[in-house]
Amino acid sequence: MNFDFSDEQKMLRGIARKFLKEHCSPGVVRRVLDSGEPYDQNLWHGIAELEWPGTAIPEDYGGIGYGYLELCVLAEELGRAVAPVPFSSSVYLASEALQIAGSEQQRRQFLPRLSAGEVIGTFALAEGPQAPTESNIEASVREGKLYGTKVPVADGIAADLLIVAARASASPRDVRLYLVELPDERVKREPIQVIDPTRSHASLTFEGAVAQPLGSGESHWPTIERLRDGAAVLLAFEQLGGADAALEMATEYAKNRYAFGRPIGSFQAIKHKLADAYIRNELARSNCYFAAWALSADAAELSIAAASARIAATEAFEYIAAENIQTHGGIGFTWESDCQLFYRRSKLLALALGGIRSWKNRLIDQLERQASVTSELAGVK
Amino acid sequence: MDFTDTPQEAQFRQEARDWLDANAPRGADTTNKFKVGGGNETEALRDAKHWQAKKADAGWVGIHWPKAFGGRELPPLYTVIYQMEESNYLVPRGYFEIGLGMCAPVMMSYATTDQVKQYLPNMMRGKNVWCQLFSEPSAGSDVAGIQTSARRDGDEWVINGQKVWTSGAHLSDYGILVARHDATLPKHKGLTFFFFDMKLPGIEVRRIKSIPGRSNFCEVFFSDLRIPDSNRLGDIGQGWQVAVTTLMHERLAVGQASGANFDEIFALARKLELDSGPAIKDSLVRDKLADWYVRDKGLEYGQYRMLTKLSRGEMPGPEASITKVVSAAQVQHVASFAMELMGVAGIIDDPRLSPANGAFQLSFLASPGYRIAGGSDEILRNIIAERVLGLPGDIRVDKELPFNQLPTGAR
Repeated sequence: MNFDFSDEQKMLRGIARKFLKEHCSPGVVRRVLDSGEPYDQNLWHGIAELEWPGTAIPEDYGGIGYGYLELCVLAEELGRAVAPVPFSSSVYLASEALQIAGSEQQRRQFLPRLSAGEVIGTFALAEGPQAPTESNIEASVREGKLYGTKVPVADGIAADLLIVAARASASPRDVRLYLVELPDERVKREPIQVIDPTRSHASLTFEGAVAQPLGSGESHWPTIERLRDGAAVLLAFEQLGGADAALEMATEYAKNRYAFGRPIGSFQAIKHKLADAYIRNELARSNCYFAAWALSADAAELSIAAASARIAATEAFEYIAAENIQTHGGIGFTWESDCQLFYRRSKLLALALGGIRSWKNRLIDQLERQASVTSELAGVK
Repeated sequence: MDFTDTPQEAQFRQEARDWLDANAPRGADTTNKFKVGGGNETEALRDAKHWQAKKADAGWVGIHWPKAFGGRELPPLYTVIYQMEESNYLVPRGYFEIGLGMCAPVMMSYATTDQVKQYLPNMMRGKNVWCQLFSEPSAGSDVAGIQTSARRDGDEWVINGQKVWTSGAHLSDYGILVARHDATLPKHKGLTFFFFDMKLPGIEVRRIKSIPGRSNFCEVFFSDLRIPDSNRLGDIGQGWQVAVTTLMHERLAVGQASGANFDEIFALARKLELDSGPAIKDSLVRDKLADWYVRDKGLEYGQYRMLTKLSRGEMPGPEASITKVVSAAQVQHVASFAMELMGVAGIIDDPRLSPANGAFQLSFLASPGYRIAGGSDEILRNIIAERVLGLPGDIRVDKELPFNQLPTGAR
């Protein structure tokens, strides 16, 4: 039994934590929050120099060819630091879409530059508050030209490369993935205000932009689901890192803040709240580890594991992000306090790739499918 | 990251499996500790003793104990591997866990070598059943607040008082006991620890009837029980320290609450029709199922993480408390919600008429006990907060005062 990261992976974690401590302090995050910049360029350049975007990209395509376990480690550390960079869009989504479904030529063209951080990619799926599904996506491609609106698109302002889900024909289940290079004058980009301005989002309107099919053009809905499952695992690690950092912040405060003549952490009302947060974080960590294994092994369990990790990590981070403010009391509600960084990020990550309700449905769907396969097999015997 | 054994672990697992295949029928563990004592108890105990002797003779008891005490001196992981394998077989359970898991470690740490050699072999082979006598009617979570007295009389101690929630006392041959030798000292300092023969005069054992009915729990009354001083474990006044060592073993031993859980309610939801259609398609049901699945798996994968630690020779710390906090409450919630799904038929507590042979109704009635036994939800949260997160202890009013001057309320 070796259900843990290896010593090398832990060493990578140590390096990442040290780097982010130096280059991604709360001050750096707040600068993006206050300035309205789409991301912190210095931090992104530092991350690019370390070649983190190429962690899971093979050397043949310009990456460093580690793997998904290493990428999970980095995701956790980026989440812990509430990093204001387009890492998830460019790495977990755009690069992964190319790796999963891109043609050889597309991979050769884009992966090396994505890997070096020279190109920022993102994935455009949602079209407003209605859930993006196979049957209700309206963006469409006609004769190689893309029409429609995608909102919100993470890092839509910074992106040089878009992977867009759009309808290929009038047929109800014909949603495919397309690749759009930016800038393109037929793509209108508007920054939009979101609850966590340290992760910039945009509204993109396509008025006949040039769109090439991703891969052979056969990248249908199951490809999108596979892409979302993988990204869900990595985002769950970001949530886990954020949840740990928020719990550490609350615990430190509870030890040092005195009220009624004693540290507030000596009151059970605070203790039990933080113990519950610890329990949620540990349940999330165990589910995340299993999902990391499933992703790295490309196991049949990936869908179930990804949904489980996503649900557990969402619940953990949202809980402690709110209770961290509550533990701090009034000071935690001020703009000056860093509590808001976790609170904002926890909700942003909870809704990226669809909220917990849809992941719970997906989990139960998969479990039903698995159970009916099992009972069919039992019936054959 | 993988789930495979090392070659040594794999070989040990295979040996365990081969031996179990040759000696026990395969089958899932359906033992519920609130049911121990149902059926013919004499026969059940005889079968359990027979199985235990067979197991001990084959070397599957005391796997991580020192060789000097009859063990195999393998790392603790090997004990867990054996238990994992054994859980796939239908074998008697519920009689020797307290002796082997709690009494034996205390004896090995504090008894004389001669005593260990005298008592451990019979414990290992199931000849003797042991019990643990800590809780009292006025000292549950606050176990250091016990009142049972130990008065020195020459080479003997005279014990008077009452213990409660003693699992298996009615079947036990020996017990370990913490008692108060001096009520004028502060509460934690006036305690002394003993082991004794349960067949001595001055002991009365009564069964406790709990919410689900007959149980394995007992009350034990002492009137002038005389224990030789040679049966004292640790120094006079060291009783709290000895008890804490024992309770740490209990936390690891109690672990996962048994009862209806995700698998049972998932199966029920796949079969049951509600007014809204199939239960499994109902959004409220799906929401809860997803939560329970994720927590259930969180605990299961958490066990893998614990095994990984053991495999590296590290011991699990107080974070192991999570398992019981989560599973005990979950069994209660699952049971209650499953009954809710059955509508008015959910009240039927008859294995012949209720889905899952009445497992939900039994779990509903038994689960309040899981949340209390072996460290209540509240105490375990204190442990996580103080020993894992490092939050300060509560301000205490009972640490320095002599025990007999502490406020007692109505006790």
